[in-house]
Amino acid sequence: MNLIVAGARKEYEDGLSVAELIVIENVETPMYVSVSVNDEFIKSGEFETTIMKENDNVEFLYFMGGGE
Amino acid sequence: MAFSNEQLERYSRHMILDEVGVKGQKKIMKGRALIIGAGGLGAPAALYLAASGVGVIGIADADAVDLSNLQRQVIHTTPDVGKPKVESARETMQAINPDVEVRTHKFFVTADNISSLIADYDFVIDGTDNFPAKFLINDACVISKKPFSHAGIIRFQGQLMTWVPGEGPCYRCLFNNPPPPDAVPTCRQAGVIGAMAGVIGCLQAMEAIKFFTGAGKLLTGSLLTYNALSMDFRKIKLARRPGCAVCGENPSITKPFDYAAPVCEGITI
Repeated sequence: MNLIVAGARKEYEDGLSVAELIVIENVETPMYVSVSVNDEFIKSGEFETTIMKENDNVEFLYFMGGGE
Repeated sequence: MAFSNEQLERYSRHMILDEVGVKGQKKIMKGRALIIGAGGLGAPAALYLAASGVGVIGIADADAVDLSNLQRQVIHTTPDVGKPKVESARETMQAINPDVEVRTHKFFVTADNISSLIADYDFVIDGTDNFPAKFLINDACVISKKPFSHAGIIRFQGQLMTWVPGEGPCYRCLFNNPPPPDAVPTCRQAGVIGAMAGVIGCLQAMEAIKFFTGAGKLLTGSLLTYNALSMDFRKIKLARRPGCAVCGENPSITKPFDYAAPVCEGITI
């Protein structure tokens, strides 16, 4: 299936969960990443059970604590 | 309010803009902005807000200027090392533009003082360097319905988002809770390219100016991310989280509170 992940359209195997996508995409600090699918946030407790569909738009949001 | 000849000249490049004009410049000069943190983000934001003629600029920070700050905190200079940051920042802002009133707040921003502090301002810029402070500012601004600009930077990356009452998600919608201390890298541990603070801090100043003048569309409902290595700016559209603990339908956070400060870092807002 096609997904748009962080703005880039790519081919992935069908039936992928958010948790699996986090591993495949080698997400930094995976314990603390926020995920939105089609502009809606996915609860971290639902990463395993949320299954991606064709053309889903996935974004990973990262903590950035700097500013000083 | 009539402009002096000097003001007409000083702000002429603003006034010839259709989106600003004389009216918009007056709005800027009536504006009151609070910058929390006189560091990497706060420095460029303070410089541009002062140059723009924002009427009252508050700057809150309890720290003194350190030599390691000068790689990015462009409001402070080498002779300022050791001086309170708010004093150093005030001197530079008033040297750029004696028109603006600078109010210094040389203390740590906490749950006890933040609500009364932000009450005196129209727009808040979060230029802090730690998650407890960023969540505190978010919560206080949401509860007080105070528009603010959130931002964070690290290494070659930065991000920002604007919140105004009723429009788009708040910072807590995005991240729920601060990460445990040392779970994600800080600038002190991971570094940050100096110009990143300039890029993102200037974007925060731009949001404040847009807020005061009403020009264009604010960065609400989206997180703007910037990767300097790939030179990608991305605007990530985001919805509110209905279950958000502070801006959601049934908020459990109804007054600001402090998260424990990480012992190894100290709170340096």
